[in-house]
Amino acid sequence: MEKEMICIMCPMGCNLKVKYSGGKVEVSGNGCNRGVQFAQEEITCPKRMVTTSVKTTEGVKACKTSIPVPKELIFKVVQEVEKLKIGKVKFGNVIIKNVLNTGADIVITAND
Amino acid sequence: MLETDVVVLGGGPAGMSAALSAAENGSKVLLIERDGVLGGILNQCIHNGFGLHYFHEELTGPEFAHRFRTMVENEKNITVLLNTLVTKIEDGVVEFMGSGGVQSVKAKAVVLALGCRERTAGNISLCGTRPMAILTAGTAQKMVNVDGKMVGKNVVILGSGDIGLIMARRLTLEGAKVHAVLEINKTSSGLRRNIMQCLEDFNIPIYYSTTIFEVVGKDRVEGVYYGQVDENYNPIESTRKFLKCDCIILSVGLVPEMEIASFVSKSRVTNGAVVNEFYQTDKPWLFSCGNILHVHDLVDNVALEAKQAGKFASLYAQNKLPKRQKEIMIVASDKFSYVLPSKIFEGSGQVEVKFRLKEKVVRKTLVAKCGANILGKRFILAGVPGEMMSFVFDKNGAQKEINLNIE
Repeated sequence: MEKEMICIMCPMGCNLKVKYSGGKVEVSGNGCNRGVQFAQEEITCPKRMVTTSVKTTEGVKACKTSIPVPKELIFKVVQEVEKLKIGKVKFGNVIIKNVLNTGADIVITAND
Repeated sequence: MLETDVVVLGGGPAGMSAALSAAENGSKVLLIERDGVLGGILNQCIHNGFGLHYFHEELTGPEFAHRFRTMVENEKNITVLLNTLVTKIEDGVVEFMGSGGVQSVKAKAVVLALGCRERTAGNISLCGTRPMAILTAGTAQKMVNVDGKMVGKNVVILGSGDIGLIMARRLTLEGAKVHAVLEINKTSSGLRRNIMQCLEDFNIPIYYSTTIFEVVGKDRVEGVYYGQVDENYNPIESTRKFLKCDCIILSVGLVPEMEIASFVSKSRVTNGAVVNEFYQTDKPWLFSCGNILHVHDLVDNVALEAKQAGKFASLYAQNKLPKRQKEIMIVASDKFSYVLPSKIFEGSGQVEVKFRLKEKVVRKTLVAKCGANILGKRFILAGVPGEMMSFVFDKNGAQKEINLNIE
């Protein structure tokens, strides 16, 4: 199987050509090694960072997943954060540990 | 009147980086910011993808701002004024209004780092009515990410700049249906990665050579007539269709916020000041960097450019910058939309120019020449108009106009 995709690991956005059969993945067009890693994951289990905001008593605050989570869980992760209504938070606070068993924490990124 | 070495206007990434660099180079700095917090537009850009070049890791906008803010707070030679609006700049005197009323500060050098403003419905002469819920992408971004307010349920996005693409994803995650992104050009000016992770991931269609013909709605947006345009951007009436929506997001370009310094020479292409290799405008005490100078693709490039400008402003304040001398123009061929700086001092040594291409270029060589004398070459594997590129060459004593060409 052959697939073309755009690498999203950095703003360069390299055009990747990915050949795969069985467990073997061959990548070309990548500007760096992160492209190979991206293509392999994109074929087997595509993942994305999720950034959203959480309601607190001091207004909404920006937050993110500490590591990328499986693409199909993006909406569910956002819903988990939406359920919360929390008190004052500080930059770097973890507000959900291991969200939906993905291994990712939800971390506050907003300036306090 | 207050006195200081360098005054930096604007506390976003450019202003913070310029202030830090000016202080590191031995100047006392006053940093003036209109908002109640440093960080500028980064504070509302809650998505990730910032900092790969500057910090060598991927950060969100607020995290990138946090790093710079912490450095600024730890630098004792920087005084920060928040909630303060600059009202006038004249001959090195900056007049501002804040909690202490109207005050003035005399500076040896001033750095413009005020960023840019989004083009509005009026700027692009959008046809039709002017109901509620026609918002620029940045305004919508602030409402959703900072104020916690939703802007609409059925959204159409006009223009495919990066903030527009980012907002397509953000509004989808917040429960809105983004029906389409309409782009009048044949290609998007946004980053390819954003087309993929903001549109394709969420099955949001993007239509090229397509624009809004007419906005419909009395109190609130009720829909748009849209369709394709021809080569000359004229609407093709036979393609006219109606799309029901309750919100229109505009992502149709940025304009440097130059009103405060309207007295300097400006570039017709970038709308920013004309500067030399020291980011110095035609008023020697006034420097410019970041998005007020030219619109950047990455905040990392803004921070790096401002670091240079802050250093040069600091050196100027200490009388260490080379005095004005014969200037040589850098003229780019019609393959470029602009080159910056457009003039440099005569002499020797390396100079870095930044540029944007007019069209996509694959496997070509960029050449800087003075007459028949080749000053430098750079191979371009692939370059697109959306990407800001740079090129370093040696002035090598060039005495007349330097030409940039793609061969």
